[in-house]
Amino acid sequence: MKWRPGDRSLLSFLEREEFAMGFYEQLKRAIAVYDEILRQPHRTEIARELRDEEDLFMLLCFSEMLGLPNPAFYYTLELYPVIIERFHDWHLRAGMEKSPLEGIRCC
Amino acid sequence: MNSVWLAVIGMIVFAIGYRFYSKWVAEKIYRLDPNYVTPAHQYSDGVDFVPTKKMILWGHHFTSVAGAAPIVGPAIAVYWGWLPAFLWVTLGTVFAAGVHDFGTLVLSVRNKGQSVGTITNKLIGKRAKIMFLFIILILVLMVNAVFAWVIANLFVKFPASVLSVFLQIPLAIWIGYAVYKKKKGMLIPSLIALAVMYGAAILASRVPALQIDLVRYFGGADSTVMFGLSGVSMAFLVWIVVLMVYVYIASTLPVWKLLQPRDYINSHQLVVGLFILYAGLIFLQPKVTAPAMNAAATDVSWFPLLFITIACGAISGFHGLVSSGTSSKQLEKETDARFVGYLGAVGEGVLALIAIIAVVTVFATKADFTAAYSSFAAASAGGLGNFINGAAQLATGIWIPADIARTIVSIIVVSFAATTLDTSVRLMRYIIAEIGSEYNVQALTKTHVATTVAVVSSAALVLLPKGPNGFGSGGYLLWPLFGTSNQLLAGVSLLLISIWLKRQGRNYLVTFIPMVFVFFMTLWAMVQQVVFQWSGYGSGELNMLLFGIGGLILIFVFWIIIEAIAAFSRNNPPPLSKEM
Repeated sequence: MKWRPGDRSLLSFLEREEFAMGFYEQLKRAIAVYDEILRQPHRTEIARELRDEEDLFMLLCFSEMLGLPNPAFYYTLELYPVIIERFHDWHLRAGMEKSPLEGIRCC
Repeated sequence: MNSVWLAVIGMIVFAIGYRFYSKWVAEKIYRLDPNYVTPAHQYSDGVDFVPTKKMILWGHHFTSVAGAAPIVGPAIAVYWGWLPAFLWVTLGTVFAAGVHDFGTLVLSVRNKGQSVGTITNKLIGKRAKIMFLFIILILVLMVNAVFAWVIANLFVKFPASVLSVFLQIPLAIWIGYAVYKKKKGMLIPSLIALAVMYGAAILASRVPALQIDLVRYFGGADSTVMFGLSGVSMAFLVWIVVLMVYVYIASTLPVWKLLQPRDYINSHQLVVGLFILYAGLIFLQPKVTAPAMNAAATDVSWFPLLFITIACGAISGFHGLVSSGTSSKQLEKETDARFVGYLGAVGEGVLALIAIIAVVTVFATKADFTAAYSSFAAASAGGLGNFINGAAQLATGIWIPADIARTIVSIIVVSFAATTLDTSVRLMRYIIAEIGSEYNVQALTKTHVATTVAVVSSAALVLLPKGPNGFGSGGYLLWPLFGTSNQLLAGVSLLLISIWLKRQGRNYLVTFIPMVFVFFMTLWAMVQQVVFQWSGYGSGELNMLLFGIGGLILIFVFWIIIEAIAAFSRNNPPPLSKEM
């Protein structure tokens, strides 16, 4: 239906709809702002937690390369008896009669 | 008088304060510069230093500072009539809290986003920093004791609220988990949590079996349970022990697991609470039945005790910790500081205002008011309960049944108090650790040692004062000490801002006058309480505990005043860097 000047009913309908849309948009924006307010401190804490995890990961994986003693060794030393037999087999397979690494005591 | 007038006049005062006074302070005193590179940009790291829109930051600042304290203080202070409390809340917010919160934010922004404690070290010296640490230690200790009492008291008085409060814990953990591991949004889960809590509240209000009423389990108020303790006393004892175990666990968990999701739900509660109360006020338009000045209040004078009874809501040092701790690291533009800091304080003023209105309208007649507020001790013990009843009456204005409203309002207050308790035990642990490393006591720097010290000392403090209901029920007696330590902290922050302004050659009276006012009032109030009330002098009865702690705080007041005078009269202050 084409709108003609002076068509009050259609105009008022459109106005109402525009008003409704505007209100809906504003409500949506207000909720978005509210949500962001509440999310703000949480975002900080999650970012901090992830940063701490990342720091730990970097330290465990790469500290030795940079010459920093790896704190995890203190605990991984417990795995020594588990891995020693496989290590022994490996250096024999590789053609070395004695352990090539001074740090690891084998035969 | 129609109580809506109180709200309207209060709002007008706040609006004028923000529109004109804070603008003048921002332009002429703090001289905010829109081009200044704030720490959020300079040290941007995606974690602590993040430029944030002012609306978001204001909301965060407001929800961090608004808690149960601006409700409890005014609910007690109307003992002297509504006028003194009303004037102190409105004018205090405009001239003291506003410039304090705003100023600490600006000071921290101009100092690389450092906290007030670090800035104290820089501006005054190391001795002052140690003093500052001890003041915060006393403050958090008081907060722990007072808020543990607040929660235990509400659990005893409004047992229908217990279930929802305990439901909040698993719900919060669930939300924290969903957001962290599954990267989900928070809005919907937290609204569901709120609906579950309030649903449980409605049920518990109507079904007595769901009310966890320890007094009834122990055989009523008059029974003797064990060790000669009455039912009420035993209920207080059990709740305080449960709370202390809870805060021990809660404060050693990572923040994102429990504290933050709780905060998230609590922010909804703050909005819901403020909406219910103000909407109820508009529809109900109750009459103010309390007198403007209570002529019957003769046992303690309102001057100067009013100024330490209402701390949060008029001026609170705790806000400076939030301003300089988190908000300053996230300020996008320096000119936003006025909106975030000043309006944050106004937000708390609005909460304190409705607390006053709820209490002064709850009584049917002036005689009822006088009966309920017969003495300062009665006001301290019953103020919070009166607020809950008053708030429930306001809620009937928007057709919420009074019994359900009472449960919901007490849940809101308990939730605020519990979060404050959690935060302040955590804070106390950090401070104990810092003092431990300062004095080389290695044991204190361990998390569980520091937490144990914090929890045990708080529990001892809340259990020691003897209330009318026996052992464990007298925590409210500590309220003036909480107010005092909070005001002292505010005084130190105002001192820092004044020194900073003075060294820039600016007019520092804006913060200097509130500082002198706050120091003078706390000094006077403490001398009055310690010497004339708690020492056993004259008609008073000796109260060793209050006398001891009050005396200790008094020593700190003198110490700060001496530091302040020394800092101000120093002729050759250490030079400040140019950008400050």
